[in-house]
Amino acid sequence: MTEPLLRIEHLKKAYGDNVVLKDISVDVAPGEVIVVIGPSGCGKSTFLRCINGLEPIQGGSVRIDGEEVDPGSKNISKLRQRIGMVFQSYELFPHKTVIDNVMLSPLKVQKRPKAEVKEEALALLERVGLKEKAGSFPRELSGGQKQRVAIARALAMQPEVLLLDEITAALDPEMVREVLDVILDLAREGKTMIIVTHEMSFARAVADRVLFFDGGEIVEEDIPERFFTAPRTERAQKFLHTFEFEAVREHEAAPQEQQQA
Amino acid sequence: MELLGIDVLFKGSNMIRLLQGLWVSVEISLISVIISIVLGLLFGVFMTWKNPVAKVISRIYLEIVRIMPQLVLLFIVFFGFSSAFGVHISAELSAVIVFSFWGVGEMGDLVRGALVSIPKHQYESAEALGMSKAQVYYHIVIPQAVRRLIPMSINLVTRMIKTTSLVMMIGVVEVMKVGQQIIEANRMVSPNAVFGIYGTILLLYFLICWPVSMLANHLEKKWN
Repeated sequence: MTEPLLRIEHLKKAYGDNVVLKDISVDVAPGEVIVVIGPSGCGKSTFLRCINGLEPIQGGSVRIDGEEVDPGSKNISKLRQRIGMVFQSYELFPHKTVIDNVMLSPLKVQKRPKAEVKEEALALLERVGLKEKAGSFPRELSGGQKQRVAIARALAMQPEVLLLDEITAALDPEMVREVLDVILDLAREGKTMIIVTHEMSFARAVADRVLFFDGGEIVEEDIPERFFTAPRTERAQKFLHTFEFEAVREHEAAPQEQQQA
Repeated sequence: MELLGIDVLFKGSNMIRLLQGLWVSVEISLISVIISIVLGLLFGVFMTWKNPVAKVISRIYLEIVRIMPQLVLLFIVFFGFSSAFGVHISAELSAVIVFSFWGVGEMGDLVRGALVSIPKHQYESAEALGMSKAQVYYHIVIPQAVRRLIPMSINLVTRMIKTTSLVMMIGVVEVMKVGQQIIEANRMVSPNAVFGIYGTILLLYFLICWPVSMLANHLEKKWN
């Protein structure tokens, strides 16, 4: 196996006495797509926030290429540039245009030349299908469009890993697809990603590996083909069952011809 | 003209005196507004501190500012301080002290409101883009806070300008006081001057506050 790009060892996170993550260890290989699923409140989002150093941790470590991600350290900003993150609520900067949102970090944080950054930002916007919205303000966009801009903004830093925190949870159903298609494309291109989602069929399509979280720990870990068809643990079975509904009434399989006569 | 008492304006140097009085009002407002904005920004940041002592102090200060009528504050500073502590503060300085005391409190509360109205996620998404704390404030928080702050603080400024009319009560010869003097002096010859002079003062206040208010509207439209 190749060296892991991201190595999470014995990660522990608690708010006071409330332990949110008990003892999480995961290695993420370059190009791997990990999907994290689980009931709400199981610590999935906190897990992503810890990886990006947005939360101080109470034990264990998160390393990218061997370098420790520590929210208190001086080079946390450097490390965060290698880890992109997209939030459920998009969080575009409302006072900046779409293209300025995308260009902000490469220009101000990475201090790259403007011409190059602009060209790349336009290419990224084209890729998420929003090149014509470059000069618009976020308030003029739909939820799905905002989320695609947020993805482009995260990609503009050229991160090695992308963290996606329930990025379609706030969207209307018809906009979910346009966002997930962008992610599927990224997966095809070999982008390393950790995805928290409630979209089970998307999870199944995109994942190399599924982590099932419950009660602050990884209860089951498997390739999607096995996890979704034959989960081994009872907790995973129960969780997956909540996405299925059984018919409460019986109907004829096919419409009867004599009724039309 | 005589019916409205406006003719009095053009007698002697009355108009000039009125404008000089207006300048005193504007001067007191201007100094107080500048002090209020500068210290109000600092006080607003102080109000967002989680420290319990900071919270109690800002709470008490803000309540005093809100509950006490400005006129009472003026009397306390101008008359009260000299009789109680033997310090004599000039009427103009008293006015600046009271209006700044008021303005800093109200401005601070506006700044606090603008700062806390920026959602926590805005800070986080900026941090996730690798920005330092200073960059987050410079590029994300302050530009948004200022946009929310400016229309409201301009309204505060117009309120302060209007309320300076109270300082005649402690003997500052500002536009209202000058107006009164002119009316008194012409009471016999033009009894209608009351209407003409106070009407003119009304117009003068309007001419000062209206552009300021228009600016607030313009900025509000531009940014919302």
